[in-house]
Amino acid sequence: MTETIVIAEIAKGTIHATTSELVTAAQALGGSPIVIVPCTDASVADAAASIQGASKVIAAKSDVFNHYDAAGWASAIDAIAPAGTILTSATPQSKDLAARIAARRNISVVQDVVAIDGNQLTSPVYSGKAMQTVALDGPAVISVRANVFDAAPSGGSCDVAVVDTTGNMATAVQEFMARASQRLDVAEANIIISGGRGMGSPDNFVHLEAIADTIGAAVGASRAAVDTWEAIPHSMQVGQTGKTVNPNLYIAVGISGAIQHLAGMRSSKYIVAINKDADAPIFQHADYGIVATWEEALPVLQTTLAGMMA
Amino acid sequence: MVNIIVLVKQVPDTNAKIVVSGDRVDLSAVKKVMSPYDEFAVEVALQHREATGGEVTALTLGGAGADKVLKDAKAIGVDHIVRIDSDGDHDSNSLQTAIASVLSELGAEVVYCGKSAADTGAGSTGPGLAERMGWASVSNVTAVAFDGGITVVAPSEGGDARISVPIPAVISCDKGNMKVRKPNVKGIMQAKKAKVDVKSVAIQPSSVAIVAHTMPPAKPAGKSYEGGAAAAEVARLLRDEANVI
Repeated sequence: MTETIVIAEIAKGTIHATTSELVTAAQALGGSPIVIVPCTDASVADAAASIQGASKVIAAKSDVFNHYDAAGWASAIDAIAPAGTILTSATPQSKDLAARIAARRNISVVQDVVAIDGNQLTSPVYSGKAMQTVALDGPAVISVRANVFDAAPSGGSCDVAVVDTTGNMATAVQEFMARASQRLDVAEANIIISGGRGMGSPDNFVHLEAIADTIGAAVGASRAAVDTWEAIPHSMQVGQTGKTVNPNLYIAVGISGAIQHLAGMRSSKYIVAINKDADAPIFQHADYGIVATWEEALPVLQTTLAGMMA
Repeated sequence: MVNIIVLVKQVPDTNAKIVVSGDRVDLSAVKKVMSPYDEFAVEVALQHREATGGEVTALTLGGAGADKVLKDAKAIGVDHIVRIDSDGDHDSNSLQTAIASVLSELGAEVVYCGKSAADTGAGSTGPGLAERMGWASVSNVTAVAFDGGITVVAPSEGGDARISVPIPAVISCDKGNMKVRKPNVKGIMQAKKAKVDVKSVAIQPSSVAIVAHTMPPAKPAGKSYEGGAAAAEVARLLRDEANVI
Protein backbone atom coordinates (compact mmCIF):
# COMPACT_ATOMS: atom_id res chain seq x y z
CA MET A 1 0.00 0.00 0.00
CA THR A 2 1.22 3.47 -0.79
CA GLU A 3 1.31 6.22 1.78
CA THR A 4 -1.36 8.83 2.34
CA ILE A 5 0.05 12.25 3.08
CA VAL A 6 -1.78 15.22 4.59
CA ILE A 7 -0.43 18.71 3.94
CA ALA A 8 -1.35 20.70 7.05
CA GLU A 9 -3.33 23.88 6.48
CA ILE A 10 -1.53 26.84 8.06
CA ALA A 11 -3.37 30.02 9.06
CA LYS A 12 -1.89 32.90 11.01
CA GLY A 13 1.27 30.88 11.63
CA THR A 14 -0.47 27.97 13.32
CA ILE A 15 -2.03 24.71 12.23
CA HIS A 16 -5.63 25.29 11.20
CA ALA A 17 -8.35 23.05 12.63
CA THR A 18 -9.22 21.71 9.16
CA THR A 19 -5.98 19.72 9.29
CA SER A 20 -7.69 17.30 11.70
CA GLU A 21 -10.52 16.89 9.16
CA LEU A 22 -7.92 16.05 6.51
CA VAL A 23 -6.59 13.27 8.75
CA THR A 24 -10.11 11.79 8.93
CA ALA A 25 -10.45 12.03 5.15
CA ALA A 26 -7.05 10.36 4.71
CA GLN A 27 -8.14 7.51 6.98
CA ALA A 28 -11.21 7.05 4.78
CA LEU A 29 -8.79 6.33 1.93
CA GLY A 30 -7.04 3.77 4.12
CA GLY A 31 -4.15 3.80 6.54
CA SER A 32 -2.66 6.34 8.89
CA PRO A 33 -1.45 9.46 7.13
CA ILE A 34 1.85 11.26 7.43
CA VAL A 35 1.18 14.92 8.20
CA ILE A 36 3.56 17.37 6.51
CA VAL A 37 3.63 20.82 8.07
CA PRO A 38 5.09 23.54 5.82
CA CYS A 39 6.81 25.96 8.19
CA THR A 40 9.66 28.36 8.78
CA ASP A 41 9.79 27.49 12.48
CA ALA A 42 9.52 23.76 13.25
CA SER A 43 7.78 24.33 16.58
CA VAL A 44 4.60 25.07 14.62
CA ALA A 45 4.41 21.36 13.76
CA ASP A 46 4.22 20.17 17.37
CA ALA A 47 0.47 20.81 17.48
CA ALA A 48 -0.05 18.23 14.70
CA ALA A 49 1.52 15.46 16.80
CA SER A 50 -1.59 15.21 18.97
CA ILE A 51 -3.98 14.54 16.08
CA GLN A 52 -5.17 10.97 16.57
CA GLY A 53 -4.66 8.85 13.48
CA ALA A 54 -1.55 10.58 12.22
CA SER A 55 1.32 8.09 11.93
CA LYS A 56 4.07 10.68 11.81
CA VAL A 57 4.51 14.43 11.53
CA ILE A 58 7.14 15.95 9.28
CA ALA A 59 7.96 19.58 9.98
CA ALA A 60 9.00 20.72 6.51
CA LYS A 61 11.23 23.65 7.39
CA SER A 62 12.17 26.19 4.74
CA ASP A 63 12.33 29.94 4.19
CA VAL A 64 10.24 29.23 1.09
CA PHE A 65 7.20 28.89 3.38
CA ASN A 66 7.53 32.47 4.57
CA HIS A 67 4.88 33.50 2.07
CA TYR A 68 3.06 31.68 -0.68
CA ASP A 69 4.65 31.05 -4.04
CA ALA A 70 3.10 28.17 -5.96
CA ALA A 71 6.31 26.99 -7.63
CA GLY A 72 8.39 27.30 -4.47
CA TRP A 73 5.92 25.50 -2.22
CA ALA A 74 5.23 22.69 -4.68
CA SER A 75 8.92 21.98 -5.22
CA ALA A 76 9.76 22.16 -1.50
CA ILE A 77 6.93 19.80 -0.53
CA ASP A 78 7.51 17.44 -3.43
CA ALA A 79 11.15 17.11 -2.38
CA ILE A 80 10.28 15.55 0.98
CA ALA A 81 6.84 13.93 0.52
CA PRO A 82 6.96 10.18 -0.13
CA ALA A 83 5.10 8.68 -3.08
CA GLY A 84 1.39 8.24 -2.46
CA THR A 85 -1.89 10.10 -2.34
CA ILE A 86 -1.68 13.63 -0.99
CA LEU A 87 -4.53 15.51 0.68
CA THR A 88 -4.79 19.27 1.05
CA SER A 89 -7.47 21.63 2.24
CA ALA A 90 -9.70 23.15 -0.50
CA THR A 91 -8.90 26.79 0.22
CA PRO A 92 -8.01 28.73 -2.96
CA GLN A 93 -4.31 28.66 -2.06
CA SER A 94 -4.24 24.97 -1.19
CA LYS A 95 -6.16 24.02 -4.35
CA ASP A 96 -3.52 25.89 -6.32
CA LEU A 97 -0.78 24.03 -4.47
CA ALA A 98 -2.57 20.69 -4.98
CA ALA A 99 -2.71 21.27 -8.73
CA ARG A 100 1.00 22.11 -8.91
CA ILE A 101 2.13 19.16 -6.81
CA ALA A 102 0.01 16.79 -8.92
CA ALA A 103 1.43 18.18 -12.16
CA ARG A 104 4.96 17.93 -10.76
CA ARG A 105 4.41 14.23 -10.10
CA ASN A 106 2.53 13.58 -13.33
CA ILE A 107 -0.51 12.41 -11.42
CA SER A 108 -4.04 13.79 -11.38
CA VAL A 109 -5.70 16.17 -8.98
CA VAL A 110 -9.29 15.94 -7.73
CA GLN A 111 -10.52 19.17 -6.14
CA ASP A 112 -13.23 20.02 -3.57
CA VAL A 113 -13.88 16.47 -2.38
CA VAL A 114 -16.87 16.16 -0.03
CA ALA A 115 -17.18 12.36 0.23
CA ILE A 116 -14.79 9.41 0.08
CA ASP A 117 -15.88 5.80 -0.38
CA GLY A 118 -12.98 3.44 -0.98
CA ASN A 119 -11.25 4.75 -4.10
CA GLN A 120 -14.30 6.80 -5.11
CA LEU A 121 -14.35 10.54 -4.50
CA THR A 122 -17.32 12.88 -4.81
CA SER A 123 -17.11 16.62 -5.53
CA PRO A 124 -19.70 19.26 -6.44
CA VAL A 125 -19.74 20.28 -10.12
CA TYR A 126 -21.70 22.92 -12.04
CA SER A 127 -21.49 25.15 -8.97
CA GLY A 128 -23.07 22.52 -6.77
CA LYS A 129 -26.01 21.89 -9.10
CA ALA A 130 -24.77 18.29 -9.48
CA MET A 131 -22.30 15.96 -7.80
CA GLN A 132 -19.58 14.05 -9.62
CA THR A 133 -18.12 10.78 -8.35
CA VAL A 134 -14.79 9.64 -9.78
CA ALA A 135 -12.74 6.50 -9.24
CA LEU A 136 -8.99 6.71 -8.63
CA ASP A 137 -6.63 4.25 -10.24
CA GLY A 138 -3.32 5.05 -8.59
CA PRO A 139 -2.01 7.92 -6.49
CA ALA A 140 -3.54 11.39 -6.81
CA VAL A 141 -3.62 14.75 -5.08
CA ILE A 142 -6.96 15.52 -3.44
CA SER A 143 -8.26 18.76 -1.99
CA VAL A 144 -10.95 18.33 0.65
CA ARG A 145 -13.68 20.85 1.53
CA ALA A 146 -13.78 22.12 5.09
CA ASN A 147 -16.64 21.33 7.51
CA VAL A 148 -17.50 18.07 5.75
CA PHE A 149 -15.40 15.42 7.48
CA ASP A 150 -15.38 15.16 11.27
CA ALA A 151 -12.18 16.39 12.85
CA ALA A 152 -9.92 13.60 14.09
CA PRO A 153 -9.77 13.89 17.89
CA SER A 154 -6.70 15.19 19.65
CA GLY A 155 -4.90 13.32 22.40
CA GLY A 156 -2.56 11.30 20.23
CA SER A 157 1.19 11.60 20.28
CA CYS A 158 3.30 10.69 17.29
CA ASP A 159 6.88 11.58 16.42
CA VAL A 160 7.74 14.89 14.83
CA ALA A 161 10.65 14.79 12.41
CA VAL A 162 12.15 18.11 11.35
CA VAL A 163 13.30 18.03 7.74
CA ASP A 164 14.95 20.97 6.04
CA THR A 165 13.78 21.46 2.50
CA THR A 166 14.19 24.02 -0.21
CA GLY A 167 12.29 25.10 -3.27
CA ASN A 168 12.57 27.40 -6.24
CA MET A 169 10.62 30.59 -5.67
CA ALA A 170 9.35 31.94 -8.98
CA THR A 171 7.62 35.17 -7.97
CA ALA A 172 8.52 38.05 -5.64
CA VAL A 173 6.12 39.88 -3.34
CA GLN A 174 6.55 43.64 -3.62
CA GLU A 175 4.20 44.55 -0.81
CA PHE A 176 1.42 43.21 1.35
CA MET A 177 -1.70 45.31 1.52
CA ALA A 178 -3.66 44.62 4.68
CA ARG A 179 -7.41 44.65 4.41
CA ALA A 180 -8.84 47.98 5.46
CA SER A 181 -11.22 46.23 7.83
CA GLN A 182 -10.05 44.04 10.70
CA ARG A 183 -12.92 41.72 9.94
CA LEU A 184 -12.30 38.29 8.44
CA ASP A 185 -12.59 37.72 4.72
CA VAL A 186 -15.53 35.53 3.66
CA ALA A 187 -13.06 32.99 2.27
CA GLU A 188 -11.46 32.57 5.71
CA ALA A 189 -14.47 32.73 8.01
CA ASN A 190 -16.41 29.96 9.73
CA ILE A 191 -19.47 32.17 10.12
CA ILE A 192 -20.66 34.55 7.40
CA ILE A 193 -23.49 37.07 7.45
CA SER A 194 -24.36 38.37 3.99
CA GLY A 195 -26.61 41.12 2.75
CA GLY A 196 -28.44 41.47 -0.53
CA ARG A 197 -30.28 44.23 -2.30
CA GLY A 198 -33.05 43.75 0.23
CA MET A 199 -30.83 45.71 2.64
CA GLY A 200 -32.06 48.79 0.80
CA SER A 201 -28.82 50.74 1.00
CA PRO A 202 -25.13 49.98 1.53
CA ASP A 203 -25.31 52.13 4.67
CA ASN A 204 -27.52 49.47 6.26
CA PHE A 205 -24.67 46.94 6.11
CA VAL A 206 -23.53 48.43 9.45
CA HIS A 207 -26.25 46.29 11.04
CA LEU A 208 -24.69 43.18 9.51
CA GLU A 209 -21.25 44.35 10.63
CA ALA A 210 -22.46 44.77 14.20
CA ILE A 211 -23.66 41.17 14.29
CA ALA A 212 -20.48 39.99 12.57
CA ASP A 213 -18.38 41.65 15.24
CA THR A 214 -20.51 40.11 17.98
CA ILE A 215 -20.00 36.53 16.81
CA GLY A 216 -16.68 36.77 14.94
CA ALA A 217 -18.19 36.49 11.49
CA ALA A 218 -17.25 37.84 8.08
CA VAL A 219 -19.62 40.07 6.13
CA GLY A 220 -20.52 38.99 2.60
CA ALA A 221 -22.82 40.24 -0.11
CA SER A 222 -24.83 39.01 -3.05
CA ARG A 223 -23.87 39.86 -6.59
CA ALA A 224 -26.93 42.11 -6.85
CA ALA A 225 -25.67 44.14 -3.90
CA VAL A 226 -22.13 44.37 -5.30
CA ASP A 227 -23.37 45.35 -8.75
CA THR A 228 -25.84 47.91 -7.42
CA TRP A 229 -23.72 49.66 -4.81
CA GLU A 230 -20.17 50.82 -5.40
CA ALA A 231 -19.56 50.89 -1.64
CA ILE A 232 -19.86 47.08 -1.51
CA PRO A 233 -16.60 45.70 -3.01
CA HIS A 234 -16.34 42.58 -5.15
CA SER A 235 -14.13 41.00 -2.49
CA MET A 236 -17.30 40.57 -0.40
CA GLN A 237 -19.23 38.81 -3.16
CA VAL A 238 -20.35 35.26 -2.45
CA GLY A 239 -21.44 33.12 -5.38
CA GLN A 240 -20.58 32.48 -8.96
CA THR A 241 -18.06 35.12 -10.11
CA GLY A 242 -17.51 35.74 -6.41
CA LYS A 243 -16.23 33.44 -3.69
CA THR A 244 -17.38 29.91 -2.99
CA VAL A 245 -17.72 29.50 0.76
CA ASN A 246 -18.34 26.54 3.00
CA PRO A 247 -18.78 27.92 6.52
CA ASN A 248 -20.41 26.30 9.52
CA LEU A 249 -23.06 29.00 9.51
CA TYR A 250 -24.27 31.26 6.70
CA ILE A 251 -26.82 33.97 7.47
CA ALA A 252 -28.45 35.45 4.34
CA VAL A 253 -30.27 38.74 4.92
CA GLY A 254 -32.36 40.35 2.20
CA ILE A 255 -31.01 37.86 -0.33
CA SER A 256 -33.57 36.20 -2.59
CA GLY A 257 -31.37 33.23 -3.44
CA ALA A 258 -30.55 33.61 -7.13
CA ILE A 259 -28.94 30.53 -8.61
CA GLN A 260 -25.56 32.32 -8.80
CA HIS A 261 -25.66 33.06 -5.10
CA LEU A 262 -26.73 29.55 -4.13
CA ALA A 263 -23.80 28.26 -6.17
CA GLY A 264 -21.39 29.93 -3.78
CA MET A 265 -22.92 29.03 -0.42
CA ARG A 266 -25.32 26.10 -0.67
CA SER A 267 -22.87 23.67 0.90
CA SER A 268 -22.68 25.72 4.11
CA LYS A 269 -23.38 23.49 7.10
CA TYR A 270 -26.23 25.63 8.49
CA ILE A 271 -28.09 28.33 6.58
CA VAL A 272 -30.29 31.01 8.12
CA ALA A 273 -32.41 33.13 5.78
CA ILE A 274 -34.07 36.40 6.69
CA ASN A 275 -36.28 37.79 3.93
CA LYS A 276 -39.59 39.62 3.82
CA ASP A 277 -40.71 37.60 0.78
CA ALA A 278 -41.96 34.19 1.96
CA ASP A 279 -41.57 32.85 -1.59
CA ALA A 280 -37.88 33.75 -1.91
CA PRO A 281 -35.96 30.68 -3.18
CA ILE A 282 -33.38 31.08 -0.40
CA PHE A 283 -35.92 29.62 2.05
CA GLN A 284 -35.80 26.25 0.27
CA HIS A 285 -32.16 25.98 1.30
CA ALA A 286 -32.46 27.40 4.80
CA ASP A 287 -32.27 25.35 7.98
CA TYR A 288 -33.87 28.29 9.77
CA GLY A 289 -36.02 30.69 7.76
CA ILE A 290 -37.45 33.91 9.14
CA VAL A 291 -40.04 35.74 7.07
CA ALA A 292 -39.51 39.30 8.23
CA THR A 293 -37.88 42.53 7.18
CA TRP A 294 -34.28 42.96 8.25
CA GLU A 295 -35.38 46.01 10.22
CA GLU A 296 -37.53 43.74 12.40
CA ALA A 297 -35.23 40.75 12.65
CA LEU A 298 -31.67 42.09 12.91
CA PRO A 299 -32.05 44.09 16.15
CA VAL A 300 -33.54 41.00 17.85
CA LEU A 301 -30.79 38.78 16.47
CA GLN A 302 -28.12 41.26 17.55
CA THR A 303 -29.48 41.59 21.08
CA THR A 304 -29.91 37.85 21.58
CA LEU A 305 -26.47 36.98 20.22
CA ALA A 306 -24.83 39.71 22.29
CA GLY A 307 -26.54 38.27 25.36
CA MET A 308 -25.29 34.77 24.55
CA MET A 309 -21.73 36.00 24.01
CA ALA A 310 -21.62 38.04 27.20
CA MET B 1 6.65 41.00 -29.00
CA VAL B 2 5.16 38.72 -26.44
CA ASN B 3 3.46 35.51 -27.45
CA ILE B 4 0.35 35.53 -25.29
CA ILE B 5 -2.04 32.57 -24.99
CA VAL B 6 -5.42 32.77 -23.33
CA LEU B 7 -7.17 29.53 -22.38
CA VAL B 8 -10.93 29.53 -22.89
CA LYS B 9 -13.44 26.81 -22.08
CA GLN B 10 -16.96 26.20 -23.22
CA VAL B 11 -19.31 25.49 -20.33
CA PRO B 12 -23.07 25.34 -19.73
CA ASP B 13 -24.64 28.76 -19.22
CA THR B 14 -24.34 29.39 -15.50
CA ASN B 15 -28.07 30.19 -15.33
CA ALA B 16 -28.99 26.83 -16.83
CA LYS B 17 -30.74 24.11 -14.91
CA ILE B 18 -28.57 21.01 -14.74
CA VAL B 19 -30.34 17.69 -15.23
CA VAL B 20 -28.96 14.24 -14.46
CA SER B 21 -30.27 11.51 -16.73
CA GLY B 22 -29.29 7.97 -15.81
CA ASP B 23 -25.89 8.46 -14.19
CA ARG B 24 -24.63 11.39 -16.29
CA VAL B 25 -25.54 15.05 -16.56
CA ASP B 26 -27.58 15.71 -19.69
CA LEU B 27 -26.34 18.94 -21.26
CA SER B 28 -28.02 18.44 -24.64
CA ALA B 29 -30.64 21.13 -24.05
CA VAL B 30 -28.31 23.57 -22.30
CA LYS B 31 -26.93 26.72 -23.91
CA LYS B 32 -23.12 26.79 -23.91
CA VAL B 33 -21.04 29.88 -23.23
CA MET B 34 -17.47 30.92 -22.51
CA SER B 35 -16.73 30.23 -18.85
CA PRO B 36 -17.26 33.58 -17.06
CA TYR B 37 -13.76 33.91 -15.56
CA ASP B 38 -12.23 33.23 -18.97
CA GLU B 39 -13.78 36.51 -20.12
CA PHE B 40 -11.55 38.30 -17.61
CA ALA B 41 -8.56 36.33 -18.86
CA VAL B 42 -9.28 37.43 -22.44
CA GLU B 43 -9.54 41.03 -21.26
CA VAL B 44 -6.20 40.88 -19.44
CA ALA B 45 -4.53 39.19 -22.43
CA LEU B 46 -5.70 42.02 -24.68
CA GLN B 47 -4.52 44.63 -22.18
CA HIS B 48 -1.13 42.90 -22.13
CA ARG B 49 -0.91 43.07 -25.92
CA GLU B 50 -1.88 46.75 -25.90
CA ALA B 51 0.77 47.54 -23.27
CA THR B 52 3.73 45.68 -24.74
CA GLY B 53 2.87 44.62 -28.27
CA GLY B 54 2.64 40.99 -29.24
CA GLU B 55 -0.03 38.60 -30.33
CA VAL B 56 -2.84 36.86 -28.47
CA THR B 57 -3.95 33.33 -29.28
CA ALA B 58 -7.12 31.90 -27.73
CA LEU B 59 -6.77 28.16 -27.13
CA THR B 60 -9.47 25.69 -26.21
CA LEU B 61 -9.86 21.92 -26.02
CA GLY B 62 -13.04 20.28 -27.18
CA GLY B 63 -15.13 19.12 -30.10
CA ALA B 64 -16.15 21.24 -33.10
CA GLY B 65 -18.97 22.80 -31.04
CA ALA B 66 -16.35 24.54 -28.91
CA ASP B 67 -15.33 26.69 -31.90
CA LYS B 68 -18.10 29.03 -30.76
CA VAL B 69 -16.12 30.28 -27.75
CA LEU B 70 -13.05 30.77 -29.96
CA LYS B 71 -15.11 32.88 -32.34
CA ASP B 72 -16.40 34.85 -29.35
CA ALA B 73 -12.81 35.51 -28.28
CA LYS B 74 -11.90 36.49 -31.85
CA ALA B 75 -14.81 38.94 -31.96
CA ILE B 76 -13.47 40.62 -28.83
CA GLY B 77 -10.04 40.99 -30.40
CA VAL B 78 -7.66 38.02 -30.12
CA ASP B 79 -5.37 37.47 -33.13
CA HIS B 80 -5.47 33.69 -33.52
CA ILE B 81 -7.79 30.88 -32.46
CA VAL B 82 -6.69 27.29 -31.89
CA ARG B 83 -8.64 24.21 -30.80
CA ILE B 84 -7.17 20.96 -29.57
CA ASP B 85 -9.60 18.46 -31.02
CA SER B 86 -11.02 16.18 -28.36
CA ASP B 87 -14.32 14.73 -27.33
CA GLY B 88 -14.80 13.01 -24.03
CA ASP B 89 -13.56 13.41 -20.47
CA HIS B 90 -9.94 13.55 -19.41
CA ASP B 91 -8.36 13.69 -15.97
CA SER B 92 -6.17 16.67 -15.11
CA ASN B 93 -2.96 14.79 -15.90
CA SER B 94 -4.02 13.79 -19.43
CA LEU B 95 -5.59 17.16 -20.16
CA GLN B 96 -2.64 19.23 -18.98
CA THR B 97 -0.10 17.02 -20.76
CA ALA B 98 -1.95 17.61 -24.03
CA ILE B 99 -2.33 21.37 -23.52
CA ALA B 100 1.30 21.76 -22.40
CA SER B 101 2.51 20.11 -25.62
CA VAL B 102 0.51 22.63 -27.66
CA LEU B 103 1.75 25.56 -25.56
CA SER B 104 5.30 24.49 -26.40
CA GLU B 105 4.46 24.08 -30.07
CA LEU B 106 2.89 27.57 -30.16
CA GLY B 107 5.89 29.12 -28.41
CA ALA B 108 3.77 30.50 -25.57
CA GLU B 109 5.46 33.00 -23.22
CA VAL B 110 2.56 34.14 -21.05
CA VAL B 111 -0.64 32.17 -20.47
CA TYR B 112 -3.80 33.68 -19.02
CA CYS B 113 -6.82 31.65 -17.89
CA GLY B 114 -9.88 32.04 -15.69
CA LYS B 115 -9.39 31.19 -12.00
CA SER B 116 -11.63 28.17 -12.48
CA ALA B 117 -14.06 26.84 -15.06
CA ALA B 118 -17.74 27.17 -14.25
CA ASP B 119 -18.40 23.47 -14.82
CA THR B 120 -15.77 21.74 -12.65
CA GLY B 121 -14.88 24.72 -10.46
CA ALA B 122 -11.51 23.03 -9.95
CA GLY B 123 -9.02 25.71 -10.99
CA SER B 124 -6.32 23.09 -11.60
CA THR B 125 -5.40 23.77 -15.22
CA GLY B 126 -3.51 27.06 -14.81
CA PRO B 127 -1.16 26.06 -11.98
CA GLY B 128 -0.84 22.53 -13.38
CA LEU B 129 0.31 23.83 -16.76
CA ALA B 130 2.77 26.21 -15.11
CA GLU B 131 4.34 23.32 -13.22
CA ARG B 132 4.62 21.20 -16.36
CA MET B 133 6.21 24.09 -18.25
CA GLY B 134 8.51 24.88 -15.31
CA TRP B 135 7.06 28.38 -15.12
CA ALA B 136 5.93 30.80 -12.42
CA SER B 137 2.22 31.00 -11.67
CA VAL B 138 -0.10 33.20 -9.67
CA SER B 139 -3.76 32.28 -9.28
CA ASN B 140 -6.90 34.28 -8.52
CA VAL B 141 -5.39 37.64 -9.54
CA THR B 142 -7.70 40.64 -9.29
CA ALA B 143 -5.53 43.27 -11.04
CA VAL B 144 -2.66 43.19 -13.53
CA ALA B 145 -0.22 45.96 -14.51
CA PHE B 146 2.41 45.93 -17.26
CA ASP B 147 5.32 48.11 -16.21
CA GLY B 148 8.25 46.49 -17.94
CA GLY B 149 7.34 43.15 -16.37
CA ILE B 150 4.04 41.88 -15.07
CA THR B 151 2.79 42.93 -11.65
CA VAL B 152 -0.35 41.33 -10.26
CA VAL B 153 -2.52 41.68 -7.19
CA ALA B 154 -3.69 38.42 -5.63
CA PRO B 155 -5.30 37.54 -2.29
CA SER B 156 -2.93 36.89 0.56
CA GLU B 157 -3.68 36.06 4.18
CA GLY B 158 -5.32 39.09 5.76
CA GLY B 159 -5.44 41.13 2.57
CA ASP B 160 -3.79 41.27 -0.82
CA ALA B 161 -0.24 41.03 -2.11
CA ARG B 162 1.31 42.89 -5.01
CA ILE B 163 3.52 40.35 -6.76
CA SER B 164 6.15 40.62 -9.52
CA VAL B 165 5.77 37.78 -11.97
CA PRO B 166 8.67 36.82 -14.24
CA ILE B 167 7.99 35.73 -17.82
CA PRO B 168 7.23 32.94 -18.73
CA ALA B 169 4.25 32.49 -16.45
CA VAL B 170 0.66 31.35 -16.10
CA ILE B 171 -1.75 33.83 -14.51
CA SER B 172 -5.29 32.84 -13.53
CA CYS B 173 -7.79 35.67 -13.35
CA ASP B 174 -10.56 36.54 -10.92
CA LYS B 175 -13.09 39.28 -11.55
CA GLY B 176 -11.68 42.02 -9.33
CA ASN B 177 -12.71 45.39 -10.70
CA MET B 178 -12.13 44.31 -14.28
CA LYS B 179 -14.55 45.46 -16.92
CA VAL B 180 -14.57 43.29 -20.01
CA ARG B 181 -14.89 44.85 -23.46
CA LYS B 182 -17.74 43.88 -25.76
CA PRO B 183 -17.28 42.84 -29.38
CA ASN B 184 -17.95 45.48 -32.04
CA VAL B 185 -19.52 44.89 -35.46
CA LYS B 186 -16.13 44.73 -37.19
CA GLY B 187 -14.92 42.16 -34.68
CA ILE B 188 -18.01 40.02 -35.14
CA MET B 189 -17.60 40.12 -38.94
CA GLN B 190 -13.93 39.14 -38.65
CA ALA B 191 -14.79 36.33 -36.26
CA LYS B 192 -17.29 34.91 -38.73
CA LYS B 193 -14.59 34.61 -41.38
CA ALA B 194 -11.81 33.50 -39.03
CA LYS B 195 -10.50 29.97 -39.40
CA VAL B 196 -9.94 27.81 -36.36
CA ASP B 197 -6.53 26.12 -36.33
CA VAL B 198 -7.46 22.59 -35.26
CA LYS B 199 -4.72 20.51 -33.66
CA SER B 200 -4.81 16.77 -33.23
CA VAL B 201 -2.92 15.66 -30.16
CA ALA B 202 -2.70 12.12 -28.83
CA ILE B 203 -4.23 12.34 -25.34
CA GLN B 204 -3.00 9.74 -22.86
CA PRO B 205 -5.55 7.58 -21.01
CA SER B 206 -6.93 8.89 -17.72
CA SER B 207 -6.33 7.32 -14.31
CA VAL B 208 -9.26 9.19 -12.78
CA ALA B 209 -12.54 8.12 -14.36
CA ILE B 210 -16.02 9.53 -13.87
CA VAL B 211 -18.23 6.93 -12.21
CA ALA B 212 -21.48 8.86 -11.95
CA HIS B 213 -23.19 12.20 -11.76
CA THR B 214 -25.95 12.62 -9.22
CA MET B 215 -28.20 15.43 -8.10
CA PRO B 216 -27.10 17.02 -4.82
CA PRO B 217 -28.83 15.44 -1.83
CA ALA B 218 -32.07 17.24 -1.09
CA LYS B 219 -31.87 19.26 2.04
CA PRO B 220 -34.47 18.31 4.65
CA ALA B 221 -37.04 21.06 5.08
CA GLY B 222 -35.86 23.62 7.58
CA LYS B 223 -37.78 25.36 10.34
CA SER B 224 -39.63 28.47 9.30
CA TYR B 225 -40.82 31.40 11.33
CA GLU B 226 -42.91 34.52 10.78
CA GLY B 227 -41.87 37.88 12.15
CA GLY B 228 -38.62 39.38 13.37
CA ALA B 229 -39.14 38.33 17.00
CA ALA B 230 -38.38 34.75 15.94
CA ALA B 231 -34.73 35.77 15.49
CA ALA B 232 -34.29 35.26 19.24
CA GLU B 233 -35.47 31.65 19.00
CA VAL B 234 -33.28 31.05 15.93
CA ALA B 235 -30.23 32.43 17.74
CA ARG B 236 -30.86 30.01 20.61
CA LEU B 237 -31.25 27.08 18.21
CA LEU B 238 -27.99 28.02 16.49
CA ARG B 239 -26.32 27.65 19.85
CA ASP B 240 -28.21 24.72 21.39
CA GLU B 241 -29.33 22.64 18.38
CA ALA B 242 -26.84 23.40 15.62
CA ASN B 243 -23.92 24.16 17.99
CA VAL B 244 -22.45 26.69 15.59
CA ILE B 245 -22.42 29.75 17.86
